[in-house]
Amino acid sequence: MNITVKLFATLREGRGKILEMECKEGTRIRDILHDLKIEEKEVAILLKNGISSKMDVVPSCGDYLSIFPPVGGG
Amino acid sequence: MQNYFGYQGTVLRVNLTEKTIKKEELNLDDALKFIGGRGLGTKILMDEVDPKTDALSTENKLIFATGPLTGTSTPTGGRYMVITKSPLTGTVACSNSGGYWGAEFKFAGYDAVIIEGKSEEPVYLNIADDIVEIKDASFVWGKTAGETTAAFEEVYGKKVRVATIGPAGERLSKISGIMNDRGRAAGRSGVGAVMGSKNLKAIVVRGTGKVNVNDALKLKEAFSKSMAKIRENGVTGQGLPTYGSAVLVNIINENGVLPTNNFQESYFDKADEISGETLAEKFMKKKDPCYRCPIGCGRYCEVDGIEGSGPEYETIWGFGSDCGVSDLGAIIKANYWCNEYGLDTISASATIAAAMELYQKGYIKKEDLEGAPELIWGNAEAVVEWTKLMGQVKGLGAKMAEGSYRLCESYGVPELSMSVKKQEMPAYDPRGIQGIGLNYATSNRGGCHVRGYMISPEILSLPQGLDRFATDEKAEWTKIFQDFTASIDAVGLCLFTSFAMGADDYADLYNSICGTKLTGNEFIEIGDRIWNLERLYNLKAGIDPSEDTLPKRLLEEPISAGPSTGHVNKLSVTLPQYYKARGWTEKGIPTEEKLTLLGLEAFK
Ligand code: SF4
Repeated sequence: MNITVKLFATLREGRGKILEMECKEGTRIRDILHDLKIEEKEVAILLKNGISSKMDVVPSCGDYLSIFPPVGGG
Repeated sequence: MQNYFGYQGTVLRVNLTEKTIKKEELNLDDALKFIGGRGLGTKILMDEVDPKTDALSTENKLIFATGPLTGTSTPTGGRYMVITKSPLTGTVACSNSGGYWGAEFKFAGYDAVIIEGKSEEPVYLNIADDIVEIKDASFVWGKTAGETTAAFEEVYGKKVRVATIGPAGERLSKISGIMNDRGRAAGRSGVGAVMGSKNLKAIVVRGTGKVNVNDALKLKEAFSKSMAKIRENGVTGQGLPTYGSAVLVNIINENGVLPTNNFQESYFDKADEISGETLAEKFMKKKDPCYRCPIGCGRYCEVDGIEGSGPEYETIWGFGSDCGVSDLGAIIKANYWCNEYGLDTISASATIAAAMELYQKGYIKKEDLEGAPELIWGNAEAVVEWTKLMGQVKGLGAKMAEGSYRLCESYGVPELSMSVKKQEMPAYDPRGIQGIGLNYATSNRGGCHVRGYMISPEILSLPQGLDRFATDEKAEWTKIFQDFTASIDAVGLCLFTSFAMGADDYADLYNSICGTKLTGNEFIEIGDRIWNLERLYNLKAGIDPSEDTLPKRLLEEPISAGPSTGHVNKLSVTLPQYYKARGWTEKGIPTEEKLTLLGLEAFK
């Protein structure tokens, strides 16, 4: 199945902005991040289709993830 | 005179009608009850300015106030606030600014200056330690903030710190602010117009004193603890230093709550082109931190030979997605002109967005533009040129310089102004973030995000994540955020420290400097007192609680596309809960019991 991963801020370094990933059915978000060599503690905001999500969630084909390191402002 | 710690013990009173200058002793009881800055300034306003006063009349006063931690070694301890009655909202105004001016003013030996009356001719105030003089400002009248600052540096040397209005403030634009250190602003609620109405161009300061500390050893400990938290926290230690506040563009857009085309939409497909990442990659020249700030969120950018401080996230949003513009260079230019003319970037950009909707819907006609660039979504040239025309208060630009509410009202469609209590809302769509909507609706200075930054828990999961679509508990959270923020403002630190620091940390810093013994909870309670005092001022000014609301669009028209599709703000659910959490009546009036508890019974 195809999952789009959008990376932001420092997570882009050496990885790029938007990655199209081919994943096996049942792959968890945690596994996808592992493949991208992103440590869980580097992730502060994790969205699936724009809605807050969790590491154990199994995305469906066509979903997109947005992943941010700790950032903020205002 | 007694020995003061944290406070300097002196408040300046300058009457521009009589041309008199008095040095008065600080009312320490009031200072301790309201901490300082925003709290103390509001207390002075309540005591001295009838809430029904016309904000641009001689009777209004303009108060510059520092906190007890301003000018100390505490992280970000350089803030000052401008408190007055707002000509934009008719509420109490308190605009907070960083940079270096606040600390310098404190070094000169003062906690606050109260400006009264009105000068016949343009004047400026020159403060150099004990010397305080009212001087002729005709040589800088009409000049931009940058030109004015440069002119004073010529006269007094490079070390001088200048807070000044630009041409917009001189011409009484209700969305004009006060600029200090060139690129920092006490921007919101039209405080620049109040200064302009008094014919006061600038306050120039040099100070060589220091702030007394009660317990240096305790301060050292409290300082190290706070600094460690700021360094270790991902947001204050890495995120803000690397990208500034602009990093929010992508975060907010990915959540589908980045207001686009005057809140007609909430997702901007070109967000990455105006993001903090792009800013850092293409335009940033250097960092531009405030006094004693270990975070350093400020950016300094350059494009086509124009360079200066900013832009911040809110500014990028306003001139960017809210106007449909994806040209970051143009946004940097519009930001520059706001700083030069002395316009509030949030209100100025949101007013251009409102004008674009008025143009789209045929209320503003092509001939009204008098040859200036067309007000159509995405027109980068338009945001730059119309900012200048607003700054010059010229033609249609003069109408726009009154802010979006009065602009839209003049065409019979005030509902197209995306404002609360006539002040433009910032860069987060409350339809997809319930708590920030409640905060906008109840903010004591109208549409504002830094009165209770609910984005922190609802989007950034700090200090913990809250479901942004849910209404549960948002009232309680909003109240705590509002109270906590009021205390942080009052003490003289930057709100951004609160991503890392907790109430106990602020209390420790404050106690070690002032010799007080507040707990973290008591520190927040003072914020509750400040909040209620502001509320009382607004009620006395005739601001009806029915104005605790949001534009109809956000309550009735669901978001049409993107991740937050289908949502509206459910203020009718959260507002009654909020009044209850505040200990107010169902109608939004503080109860006697509550006021007695806060020691505010005298202001009923
Ligand atoms: S965090 Fe930013 S706004 Fe706050 S004091 Fe530091 S540089 Fe100034």
